[in-house]
Amino acid sequence: MSERLPRARAIRMGRALAVVTVLCALPFYLDAFWLRIGLFSMAAAVGAVGLGLLSGTAGQLSLGHAFFLAVGAYGYVWLAGEPGPGLPTAVAAVLAVLLAGAAGGLFSPVAGRVRGIYLGVATLALVFLGHHVLLTADSVTGGFNGRSVPPLEVGGFSFSTDSELTLLGVPFGAEERLWYLGLGLFAVTWFTARGILRGRPGRALVALRDSETAAAVMGVNVSRYRSAAFVVSSMYAGLAGVLLALSFRRVVPDYFGLVLSVDYLAMIVIGGLGSVAGATAGAVFVTALPLLMTRYADQLPLVAAPGTTDGTIGPTEAARYLYGAAIVLILLFTPDGLHGLARRLRARLRSRRAAPPPSGTTAPSQPPTSAARAKEPTP
Amino acid sequence: MTSLLDNVFNGLALGAVYALVALGFVIIFKASGVMNFAHGSLLLLGGYLTAVLHDDLGFAGALAVSVLVTAAVAGAMDRFLLQAGGGPDPHTAHVQTIVTIGVDILIVTDLSRRIGGDLLSLGDPWGDSVSGLGPVTVADSRIAAIVVSAVVIAGVFALFRYTTWGLSLRASAEDVEAASLMGVRLVRVRMLAWCLAGALAALAAVFLAAFPAPGLERTTGQIALKAFPAAILGGMASPPGALAGSLLIGMTEALVAGYQSDLHVLGEGFGDVAPYAVMVLVLLVRPTGLFGGKAAVRV
Repeated sequence: MSERLPRARAIRMGRALAVVTVLCALPFYLDAFWLRIGLFSMAAAVGAVGLGLLSGTAGQLSLGHAFFLAVGAYGYVWLAGEPGPGLPTAVAAVLAVLLAGAAGGLFSPVAGRVRGIYLGVATLALVFLGHHVLLTADSVTGGFNGRSVPPLEVGGFSFSTDSELTLLGVPFGAEERLWYLGLGLFAVTWFTARGILRGRPGRALVALRDSETAAAVMGVNVSRYRSAAFVVSSMYAGLAGVLLALSFRRVVPDYFGLVLSVDYLAMIVIGGLGSVAGATAGAVFVTALPLLMTRYADQLPLVAAPGTTDGTIGPTEAARYLYGAAIVLILLFTPDGLHGLARRLRARLRSRRAAPPPSGTTAPSQPPTSAARAKEPTP
Repeated sequence: MTSLLDNVFNGLALGAVYALVALGFVIIFKASGVMNFAHGSLLLLGGYLTAVLHDDLGFAGALAVSVLVTAAVAGAMDRFLLQAGGGPDPHTAHVQTIVTIGVDILIVTDLSRRIGGDLLSLGDPWGDSVSGLGPVTVADSRIAAIVVSAVVIAGVFALFRYTTWGLSLRASAEDVEAASLMGVRLVRVRMLAWCLAGALAALAAVFLAAFPAPGLERTTGQIALKAFPAAILGGMASPPGALAGSLLIGMTEALVAGYQSDLHVLGEGFGDVAPYAVMVLVLLVRPTGLFGGKAAVRV
């Protein structure tokens, strides 16, 4: 066993390297539509990891994630644009993330005391009040029509189509450039979140989720950790908001509504609560599915071409149907989400490898079912 | 002065309708620990059925059918989609909450496609008639909303208090395992709770689409979201609290909308979000709502 460990590690490293290489190579092969899907997925993944930390690991139900995304997005636009201080865009992006964190901190008198479903609905209030502010504070947010987003510029390199750039014969437009920015930010998110989860704070948060009293007895400062979880999750949301704003190039209040919050909640539950990889998978699923469906729905049976209004199902509706059905079906068959599904598949593969020739009885089907039934602690 | 009375009466009527919806939330939460995001779609379903059927069956018949069908849909949703997953532990309640989101998306998409941009009339008998009550003139539909809600809510409370089902529900909300050991059929008690909540939502749809409102639109279901703060304000596990919370929310909304011109600092349409502001303020002072008891924690 001991000599297999380095090999397993090498395999894992190799696999990670392959994934990174493929992700870095994609902009050379995909067109703008697919790159945009990737961008939105990466932004959503950053936000979903943050929400996973709060709702999955710390067990604090939040429906207010859209509000913190909005703070990040609008914070960046206002800080970097006119009217506004017109700061250098890189500084504005960092400040926007901090601003979202501060907004989460301001909410801590509520977040530190209110629990469970009460917290969920209290954060719901943030979304509605925030939406109202976005609509009314014209001078900062541009009101109903929103504001256009100034492109990010770091050290003279602009993440937009302003300057021409061709790499290996591929013209690099805004999508290609933002893709690498998204990858970088997502990598930062991935490693920081895993660091938090596997370190002392992560264990404290899990202890809090499982039993607040027991955690307090073990020396966890309950209200401090609860507030801190909120601040950190809001900062991830703010980062996601900045990335979303850059990808959309225009921010409008109606995007940051309750539907968005609910989508994020769906992401982490579909992915599997309490895991960074799960949150990422859920984010890609929830973001990409409607976009792909809207684009390709007219090739499905029973779906009319866009624009026809004779009572048949249009592509947008077909996408919604499938989205809703996918949520229900995934959770019906794998209540612990995609992460749990992957773990069970892996367990099945391993058990098959360990005992190669199944002796003809019902034995091979046994382990996966028991794995599905057992309630496992979240990693 | 007249306008104050007007606003108070509007608030009362609004609160009475919210109470029907909020009571449904609370019953579902008490029975299953699930926050039912599909409540708005159940409401829309009830309203839609009434609107479609009232030509053939008359208003009363259509309403009866729609209440029954909505109750059946809610019960089936709980029995076959939510309870299929697993037992009553808090982790599955999380998952079931998200399943209700999926169901909500399905129902709302389908109904919006059918309703389109139309305004459907529910064929209610009150029409646009008004009566004078002392110095104020009020729509008959609003009086009906208050009366019907009061009667129905009293009936629901009586169900809780005097029937075996009510006792079973209260017992299982208190302690699932003990109730199960005493012979309470958890699956059935829970499913009936969902049916009742669905029926209440279908009934509420009638008053939400009646006279001062233009009719049933595809966005009518979103009004159910306002019952969230109402239920939370009162304390999620307390039906009388839901009633008080609903009246408070209805009153707040009507008064803020009524005195809009004096409150223009807060921006146009603040009436729609005022309930949430009130809720956050209440939760700051009482983290489990006005009537929510402090849960005893045993280590």
